[in-house]
Amino acid sequence: MNHTLLLSAASAEAPVLGVGGAAVIALLGYAVVFFGLVLLMLVVMAMGKIFTSLEKKNAPAPAPEAAPAPPPAPAPKPVAPGSAGQLKLYNVEPKTAAMLMAIVADKMGKPLNELRFISIKEVETK
Amino acid sequence: MIDVGQILLNLWNSSGFSMLFSGFLSQDGWQNLVMIIIACVLLYLGIVKQFEPLLLVGIAFGCLLTNLPGAGLYHQELWDAFMDASSPAYHSFGAILREGGLLDIFYIGVKTSLYPCLIFMGVGAMTDFGPLLSNPKSLLLGAAAQMGVFAAFFFAAISGDALGFLNNPALVFTALEAAAIGIIGGADGPTAIFLTSILAPHLLGPIAVAAYSYMALIPLIQPPFMRMLTTAEERKIKMVQTRTVSKREKIIFPIVVTIFVALLLPDTAPLIGCLMLGNLLKETGVTDRLSDTVQNALMNIVTILLSTAVGATMVGGTFLQPKTLLIVVLGVCAFILSTVGGLLGGKVMCWATRGKVNPLIGSAGVSAVPMAARVANKEGQKANPSNFLLMHAMGPNVAGVIGSAIAAGFLLSVFG
Repeated sequence: MNHTLLLSAASAEAPVLGVGGAAVIALLGYAVVFFGLVLLMLVVMAMGKIFTSLEKKNAPAPAPEAAPAPPPAPAPKPVAPGSAGQLKLYNVEPKTAAMLMAIVADKMGKPLNELRFISIKEVETK
Repeated sequence: MIDVGQILLNLWNSSGFSMLFSGFLSQDGWQNLVMIIIACVLLYLGIVKQFEPLLLVGIAFGCLLTNLPGAGLYHQELWDAFMDASSPAYHSFGAILREGGLLDIFYIGVKTSLYPCLIFMGVGAMTDFGPLLSNPKSLLLGAAAQMGVFAAFFFAAISGDALGFLNNPALVFTALEAAAIGIIGGADGPTAIFLTSILAPHLLGPIAVAAYSYMALIPLIQPPFMRMLTTAEERKIKMVQTRTVSKREKIIFPIVVTIFVALLLPDTAPLIGCLMLGNLLKETGVTDRLSDTVQNALMNIVTILLSTAVGATMVGGTFLQPKTLLIVVLGVCAFILSTVGGLLGGKVMCWATRGKVNPLIGSAGVSAVPMAARVANKEGQKANPSNFLLMHAMGPNVAGVIGSAIAAGFLLSVFG
């Protein structure tokens, strides 16, 4: 069987698009991808808001005040929105700290965004 | 009396060497030889240069096996008959099992879309959608980076008009072929194989090789365009840490995406369904054994079968065509334009957020997980050594996987 001939025959039956038709389908396809992902983004955003509000509701209420309030502590430094807080580095380069955090996450088998690092300090040996 | 001479002559006549040299002057002989050389070059690229070795080595070896005269491992004519409505073997897997070779049987998994879907299940089980959930706007970058898919589709579709002066019908792509070529821009191997095996199975070899080769070359293809389209100041932008995503959110996400995307474009259901099933197995925490199997054993087995089956389609007669060269050119255009689309999307987001988004993460929207995200991180660190964009780039990166599946679903619904 001459398969090259067969393929040519199959190709001949398939439509060949003109410039206008190809442009319309390309633009429509790109728009559909955007439409689908924008809708998905809205769904994910709504999901995130629902979960964040649920977590806030389920968070334990602050304990009732038993003793007189201590003198007001200095206000904490504002952190970036959505941030897990600030990481304190002592004698450690940011690059080394990032590497250490990645190693810890890998060894624990947990994604980095589920871990919270408070500080990283270099232990100097004498 | 035993005729030793006759036995030796029969042995010679039945050998591949005899078939190769006796048919050398005819078309098939030299084409097989060229394909064997191409297979060796691909093996070199996979083993020595380590270009996507897990797939390229299998593809190259499949190509080598299928072009060995007399081995009878793969029969292109059986698959042509399978697609020919007038043939008694039309859509008959029985005929393939009865008359086919080993690689024909492997190829059934490609033809039925089984392998790409199983690979997607493994990809899902290895993917953390946390960065995407913590920053859903990165889905926009995944969408923007599909520009190459549709641009390459457009260029392939009008190739007949554009190259009309050559007056060569072999350079005209049909709409189905153009759609299969366009999906190379999705930078997603399983999606490319899934779509091509349905729309243009005769182009599976060149499209798969182009897709995987360019994915391996992402660290070389993307950086010049990343530097060209962004300023040094933009590349230095540090992005703030995103919110922590709860376990419950991660479990519900694959279920929601499956329902939502499969309802929007039912043709994407096999790919998205498998991707999200794999992810659900990973996130539930109660199916660790299954998740481990999908990520490792199943993924490895399917990779071997898929790569050798795809390589088997690289038969000289169908591969050594002017179209293959055009596919290679259009494929690289698709990759570049997808990168450009993602970067432009990143720049728009940078402008809209008044400099809070580093536009480099847009380039990761081309899929190719996690290579594209690593490239974005590396380029960010070149501009500012204390800049760590990896987690931020993973959002658009996994969004690109969903985006390319939606693009494939659209093309299937139009041309399938």
